[in-house]
Amino acid sequence: MIENIASMLLGGMAAGMVLFIVSVGLSVTMGLMGFVNLAHGAFAMLGGYIIVLSMRHWGVGFAAALAIGFVLTAAISMVFERLLYSRLYKAGELDQVLFTIGLVFMFIAGLTVVVGPENQPVPIPAELRGQLNLGIVQYRTYSIFLIVVGIVIAVGLWLGFERTRFGAQIRAAVDNRRMAESLGINIDRLFAITFGFGSGMAAIGGGLGAEFLGLDPQYALKYLVFFLIVVSVGGLGSIFGVFWASIIIGVLDFVLKKYVPQGGTLFIYVLTIMLLLWRPQGLFGKPQ
Amino acid sequence: MSAPAPAYENPGAQALTGRHRLRLWEPLPWLLALAFYFLFPRHLGFGTELLITVLFALSLDLALGYAGIVTLGHAAFFGAGAYTVGMLAHHGIWNEPITSLFAAAAVAAAIGFASGLVLLRTTGLTLLMLTLCTMALLEEAANLGHDWTGGFDGLTGITIPPLFGLFEFNPLFPKVQYLYILGVLLVCFVFVRTLVYSPFGQSLTGIRENTLRMHAVGAPVRTRLIVCYTISAAVAGVAGGLWAQANAYVNLSTLGLDRAATVLIILVLGGYGRLYGAFVGAVAYMVLAHFLSKLYPTAWQLGLGLMLVIIALFFRGGILGMGDVITNWLRKLRAPS
Repeated sequence: MIENIASMLLGGMAAGMVLFIVSVGLSVTMGLMGFVNLAHGAFAMLGGYIIVLSMRHWGVGFAAALAIGFVLTAAISMVFERLLYSRLYKAGELDQVLFTIGLVFMFIAGLTVVVGPENQPVPIPAELRGQLNLGIVQYRTYSIFLIVVGIVIAVGLWLGFERTRFGAQIRAAVDNRRMAESLGINIDRLFAITFGFGSGMAAIGGGLGAEFLGLDPQYALKYLVFFLIVVSVGGLGSIFGVFWASIIIGVLDFVLKKYVPQGGTLFIYVLTIMLLLWRPQGLFGKPQ
Repeated sequence: MSAPAPAYENPGAQALTGRHRLRLWEPLPWLLALAFYFLFPRHLGFGTELLITVLFALSLDLALGYAGIVTLGHAAFFGAGAYTVGMLAHHGIWNEPITSLFAAAAVAAAIGFASGLVLLRTTGLTLLMLTLCTMALLEEAANLGHDWTGGFDGLTGITIPPLFGLFEFNPLFPKVQYLYILGVLLVCFVFVRTLVYSPFGQSLTGIRENTLRMHAVGAPVRTRLIVCYTISAAVAGVAGGLWAQANAYVNLSTLGLDRAATVLIILVLGGYGRLYGAFVGAVAYMVLAHFLSKLYPTAWQLGLGLMLVIIALFFRGGILGMGDVITNWLRKLRAPS
């Protein structure tokens, strides 16, 4: 009984951590810029591809590949942000939605041409394969690795957000952009760095999650709804909110898939609708 | 000081009273649709699909273009209409074509009203997510209710009796379907056109442009939005019902995000917030898709994405908006001030 509960919690949390790593950037950039960025999943996908291909063709290790994926995706996304996204910050949601859907289509088509339409398996290092004995329960090492990485990243982000000067600037800009701007915070630079950082995190999430989410050109659309649900349930601009929303949805999805293989997703949609009707700003978001 | 000019001589008043009048070119799309019937008898299947898409895009235009409700889940109503017609016919309850369409409209309107009642309290990302989730919810429900909806396989072999008891639907030569759908489209279009030029339609535009000010002048903003959303859902339901009748089957694709995104793209491509955007967008998109998407699927997707990015960045008005820019430019060129 306890073993069952523990293994379900672990599996769900591992999935939740991937959701968290991918979505946290989306939450912060949406909270910061009010930009409906449907192309966030596309950056996660791009990062996943960079990670897989650099391991395959350059022979770099898993950790190094993750770092390369982070840096390259962050750099590419910053170019997009400065050249294209920044023109639409003041536009309506509809234009932002169309623009980012267009970007998603271009990423999908581009990766299909360059890499091919098939699924790209991620070679996981041997140390992370197999089972790990935790005392109460034996579980897949990779899942436990994901949970540890997720918690480390969450704590790191929280410290960065709460304890550094840059984090304080982001929080100030989320709360009141005009006020922050008039205090002399360079908003453009803040936006670009945050956007790049968030996309880089998404890239790491894309690479780490490819083991059970798969990695093919449709990735950007397939999981988009999940990322958006996590962000809107957690509340915009709240790291804490995204963290808990990811865990709740990860565990819920895992449990429902096991016990109600048909119709489990239905329950998540119903829950999301109820929650957003009760609190339109999400669990931890600030009311507007 | 001279007396103010009578109201009917004031150019502003004239523009306001004359804007709903029939323009000289307005019969043109309908004549073209009839010409298509005679010129391309072998492509009428494509023609029916096109007309249904126009109707669907028109319904979205009412919600998005006029009332400014940004929704990603409009296919929910299309699917509701399609499944209503499909289920009524499949289970042998009712299959007379025209009354079935009324049933489709009623069911879609009921869903639109019920969801609009709660969804339209929100705006922005929350509204987007809620419309998306509502559609996903219906899709899951249709997938699960296997006994009623056919589940993943959908409902096939829907038999539709002859129209007025005279004209039979032939799946291979959809001549009757084409004219029937054209007729329904005309009726719905006249309805929508009358609606958007009515005071009700004007207040919708006001809500889109400045919600706060509409509150301030005492307009019942939420009621108007809900009514508009319900009507839009009903028209989308009619489009879905037509789709089920023309194809003689219903499946989950009528409810999916693909369909919702496509119709949004079509409307924006043509130009939203103007009646004929749905026509122009549907023709441009469907013709391109028809020729390109099968031959070069990847290039088609790349081109579509690029087009969306360019429209969002530079041509907010779509194709018709581009036409406006060009005519203005020509006018300026002809009359240098």
